[in-house]
Amino acid sequence: MSAPAPGPVRPDGASHGPAYGWPRPLWAALDRARPPLRVLDPTLWRSPLRGPWLTAVFGAVLLVSLPVVIVTGLLSYAAYEPRFPGNAFPADPGWLRLPHFAWPTSPSWLYRVNQGLHVGLGLALVPVVLAKLWSVLPKLFAWPPARSVAQLVERLTIALLVGSILFELSTGVLNTQYDYVFGFDFYTGHYYGAWVFLAAFLAHVVIKLPVMLRSLRGRSLPGELRTPLAGTRSEPYDPDGLVALDPAAPTISRRGVLALVAGASGLLTAVTAGQTVGDGLRPTALLSPRGRSYGDGPTDFQVNRTAAAAGVATSAQGPGWTLQLIGPTEVRLSREDLLAMPQHTAELPIACVEGWSTVQTWTGVRLRDLAALAGAVDVASARVVSLERAGAFSRATLGGSAVREPDAMLALRVNGVDLSLDHGFPARIVVPALPGVHHTKWVSTIEFSA
Amino acid sequence: MKGFRAAYGASPLHLLALLGCLALSGSAVLRVLDGPAPVRIAVWFLGAVVAHDVVLYPLYALADRSLSGALRRRRAAPGSVNWVRIPALLSGLLLLVFWPVVTQHSEPAFRTASGLDQDVYLARFLLIVAALFGGSALLFAVSRRR
Repeated sequence: MSAPAPGPVRPDGASHGPAYGWPRPLWAALDRARPPLRVLDPTLWRSPLRGPWLTAVFGAVLLVSLPVVIVTGLLSYAAYEPRFPGNAFPADPGWLRLPHFAWPTSPSWLYRVNQGLHVGLGLALVPVVLAKLWSVLPKLFAWPPARSVAQLVERLTIALLVGSILFELSTGVLNTQYDYVFGFDFYTGHYYGAWVFLAAFLAHVVIKLPVMLRSLRGRSLPGELRTPLAGTRSEPYDPDGLVALDPAAPTISRRGVLALVAGASGLLTAVTAGQTVGDGLRPTALLSPRGRSYGDGPTDFQVNRTAAAAGVATSAQGPGWTLQLIGPTEVRLSREDLLAMPQHTAELPIACVEGWSTVQTWTGVRLRDLAALAGAVDVASARVVSLERAGAFSRATLGGSAVREPDAMLALRVNGVDLSLDHGFPARIVVPALPGVHHTKWVSTIEFSA
Repeated sequence: MKGFRAAYGASPLHLLALLGCLALSGSAVLRVLDGPAPVRIAVWFLGAVVAHDVVLYPLYALADRSLSGALRRRRAAPGSVNWVRIPALLSGLLLLVFWPVVTQHSEPAFRTASGLDQDVYLARFLLIVAALFGGSALLFAVSRRR
């Protein structure tokens, strides 16, 4: 049992890599040169589990799941409705965006599911990405560094691939935990990082898909899932240099490694998913910043920006607050005037870009009734301004379809009581399926444009 | 076609994919250069690679080798290292991912956003670590009994 497993055989004398490209003498000389660092000695890599099959399994998981993260990310940017100035960051990505479209306001859980998937899946893929990188790390230290122009340029794009996925995962993880240590605008960095990743990912898939499929066919998954540690052997010699030339005795089976990576993904999901799934399961999100309870009162649900932090604690509570409606006619309404109008009640989520969400029962005046009061017909957009002055989302523009949406409202009450100050008293926007930060709190003005 | 492949080292499709990749990522880089803080973004991009390849990987590889080596010298069964390795790896992953809340590094910004502190996370993290190692010890004891 403790006897070393038979390793792959390096064909005698033959160079273990693809043929040299042009200029041949250069690549051949590089190959003959002694590696300048000891870490470039291929026999230092001893894991008997590394090999094309294991790498292909991790690759296949990422090939299926990462497109979901990419698409939900691009959709999230579209949900901010970048066609209106000031709504989305980065403000002008040129043609690096989806075509403009009116983000739908139904079903109400659309953004909640989109972001739950983006953040939840992104987090669950952290162990898979780390395992994939572990499985191919010997190639980073391969000697010679290249045998052709093709290999050299491909390695450059691999640097983009690895850099961008690590950049995306680290900025995403930090942002969901309110750690802005990176010191640049999260949205801007994460958005353009995603385009670099998308570019490098597509090229990698085009180049490596045949290798992945061939490697997957090399061993049977059910067979590996039946193989215990005692039967675990190194994969046969491969010219790509993933299989150890001098493998150590295995200490874990391939199925053990797969179970470990899956278990790690499951663990990350278990300690965070409650932030998205619902308020009953929220306490299970032990390590999520949004797994905490505020209590069990009607306004004890997740706060995104406190009134104190927004600097509106005094102005929002003052007796002089009125809502200004700007349209063909200009109207000023007190909170009493608003409460005297027909009230609408709907159960709607607040869903944050950070992946957490909370569903509450909101009551207030429909936006379309307010538009009518201001004499606005055929509304194309409504610019909502908060009492808050400083924040990036102290104002937001809603599209015409959001204003016409029957459940879209200026909420005055939640769960049968007045809004609390931290939840936007005296009045806040609630629109189904829009990102949480566009549910502007402490509203002072709504300007309707045709 | 055969000449191209020999000179370049791969198929024309390979070259096309790489050129497409460089063009698309290049246009994203140009946008970043136009915006605020391009240097910081570049530093984080490169820093992420260096942190993984030159810091994180060597650290866990070294930890794993010393652990496996110590057990081999004691002539332990080949798989016995996993009783320690697996809970340690999972604990390390949780610490890596949840570093900001566990160390309360992001508390000021979190308080601005939510009005809450981060006092609970270190204790919760340690409890999960205890459960991981405790669960492993329990399974080890059960496997020994059989």
